[in-house]
Amino acid sequence: MATLTQTTKEKTAAPATQKVSGSDAVIRSLLAEGVDLVFGYPGGAIMPVYDSLYQNGKKIEHILTRHEQGAIHAAEAFAKISGKVGVVFATSGPGATNLVTGLSNAKIDSTPLVCITGQVTSNLLGFDAFQETDMIGISMPVTKWNYQITKAEEIPLAFAKAFYIACSGRPGPVLLDITKDALLSSIENFSYQKVERISGYYPYPKIDMEKVREAANLINNAKKPLILAGQGITISGAEKELETFVNKTGIPVAATLFGLTAFPSKHPLFVGMLGMHGNYAPNIKTNEADLIIAIGMRFDDRVTGDTSKYAKNAKVIHIDIDAAEIDKNIKTKVAVVSDAKKALEKLISLVQKNNFEEWLNEFKDLDKVEQDEIIAPNIAPKGKALRMAEVVHRVSEMTKGDPIVVTDVGQHQMMAARYYKFLKPKSIITSGGLGTMGFGLPAAVGAGIAGKDRGVILFVGDGGFQMTIQELATLWHYKIPVKIVLLNNNFLGMVRQWQQLFFDKRYACTTMHNPDFVKIAEGFGLKSRKVQERAELDGALSEMLDSDTAYLLVVEVEKEGNVFPMVPAGAAVSEMILKP
Amino acid sequence: MEEKLYTLIIVTENNIGLLNHISVVFTRRHINIRSLTASESKIKDVYTFTIVIKMTEELVRKVAKQLEKIIGIFKVFVYEDSEIIHQELALYKLPISAIKSGINLEQIVRNHNARVLDIKEDYILIEKTGHKTDTQNLLKELQPFGVLQFIRSGRVAMAKPMKPLDDHLKEKEEAYDYI
Repeated sequence: MATLTQTTKEKTAAPATQKVSGSDAVIRSLLAEGVDLVFGYPGGAIMPVYDSLYQNGKKIEHILTRHEQGAIHAAEAFAKISGKVGVVFATSGPGATNLVTGLSNAKIDSTPLVCITGQVTSNLLGFDAFQETDMIGISMPVTKWNYQITKAEEIPLAFAKAFYIACSGRPGPVLLDITKDALLSSIENFSYQKVERISGYYPYPKIDMEKVREAANLINNAKKPLILAGQGITISGAEKELETFVNKTGIPVAATLFGLTAFPSKHPLFVGMLGMHGNYAPNIKTNEADLIIAIGMRFDDRVTGDTSKYAKNAKVIHIDIDAAEIDKNIKTKVAVVSDAKKALEKLISLVQKNNFEEWLNEFKDLDKVEQDEIIAPNIAPKGKALRMAEVVHRVSEMTKGDPIVVTDVGQHQMMAARYYKFLKPKSIITSGGLGTMGFGLPAAVGAGIAGKDRGVILFVGDGGFQMTIQELATLWHYKIPVKIVLLNNNFLGMVRQWQQLFFDKRYACTTMHNPDFVKIAEGFGLKSRKVQERAELDGALSEMLDSDTAYLLVVEVEKEGNVFPMVPAGAAVSEMILKP
Repeated sequence: MEEKLYTLIIVTENNIGLLNHISVVFTRRHINIRSLTASESKIKDVYTFTIVIKMTEELVRKVAKQLEKIIGIFKVFVYEDSEIIHQELALYKLPISAIKSGINLEQIVRNHNARVLDIKEDYILIEKTGHKTDTQNLLKELQPFGVLQFIRSGRVAMAKPMKPLDDHLKEKEEAYDYI
């Protein structure tokens, strides 16, 4: 990249310079960015960085996960909770390729990461050397930016760019691939300056006030408006602004999976979660609304169902910082390309209160249907078998919205999202866009570190748990007191549910013959217990919640339980079904 | 919606890997690139890719926005054929016997506004610039001579409006904040 040094506007302050090795420059660059914790796994090509980490004493804490995928998922959760950039070290070849799932997950869920991978020495690049993989080629579609460093002197500027890109605009993962010779050679004059601007990168669109006024006009004249709140609220820190906006206008708020903690679930204008397994009222009412105000969300297909039948009675206002999201899935009437916070700040002064009582009552009527037909029978089931919903409900009642809830992917994830009552911002960590099974346990490691004061509850299924089960060792090693609720149905439940509904109950390869999870947990040094009886549930949950150390509670749940309501694949959101 | 030919002029930094980044946007959506040309612009270290694709207007707008997200891309212009002046370059290699074939090769070359680039003992090399139909028509006429080799470049194009690139880039920069 010939223009790396020419095209970046640097801060003018010139700090003192000195001669350091490339790997020292890596550590110094991280320190200059305020990094005090990294997740990683050592290996041949990255060894010089680990040596410099060692020699720099305790300035940066390193969490040794048991697999690189664990490191990157932990870093994702750490980033989301701490608001900092998650940093990952991995070696070349297999170490680096093990990051790909996490990079992909972070890209689609807009998580700021800087991943540093070792690479073979530059004279071996392209020669199929030991542990050589073309990481720039592999990671290109799953990173916001990537760059291969082949000379030590490139390190400070490449790092400054990486951190700036990862967390500005719509956040995302960045990968820096550093050849071993660049790490081992030295820089004559190390100096680090954060960058404030990069040529060819446009993170923050200036807000178009004309569009804001048009949006306000639509809002003030709407009869049946509905707000769709997404993760953009959380990323831009606009929770207060959203609440002010909602209180001022009286417009109901529905949330995406990632928007769940953008707005307090107890608020009278909160109408629930959108999407395939979201709540009944907001899905049905989307297609009756005359105005959709989408804020920091991207109309994912799990939210929209069939787009040709989505919100056809509504004009759509779309507020998003990423211009490429506008009109990508749903055609907008007014687009405000901006971060959610700035847009809401501008909108608040232009909107007025309207009376939506009748409209709100329609939501309440449907809520009652869902309450009677789905929620009540699931949180207080008549049958003998425990249900996922009642377990989540009990945890929610007992913890009162305090801890961070982490989930894996599948039925338990939807149950956690549906039945846990979120009251505080940044209270859910889950894999949304990519649906990465195996995300949960390592993410709980990262959330447990970043959210030490709040505590972490991990809901996980028996399938996903076994994909990254080795990270139990990380919990034990670093004494991270994550409380794991394993909802075990001995099935790959969500796939089985689809097999039941759409493949005539042909349960192909979804039965799990599971190991003794309690013994496994004990082997990893965790306290553990299994419950099967409803009468034991509260006692077991209390024991788990009261534990000072990590705890695995295995809850044997109904084998063939389903998540309802459901928007079947390819159906309209208004065609949501309450039962098979 | 109807598919049309679009010319994308992508203004970029001179970075390793940008071409890969650009092509990923097309391959992800299963779009076939009809032609691609990369060139320096009049501004130092600013490059332009000229890409020709056939698709619906809705899709081309989405693709353009996806491309503009790539770090190192300054701007993406989307043009229909009526909005640009465009050219392609074609080379034709004929056996030297073509001169002595009895058909007036010189007249054909003149009629097509082509020119002879090189004559050697065993071949004659003809060059023509123009639209694809023009270079294709010449190929058709030269076929009876026994064309040894034919190659055509990708399209290069310029927009008809007189706004200089510098102004476009300045406007783009001013529409954004950076911190």
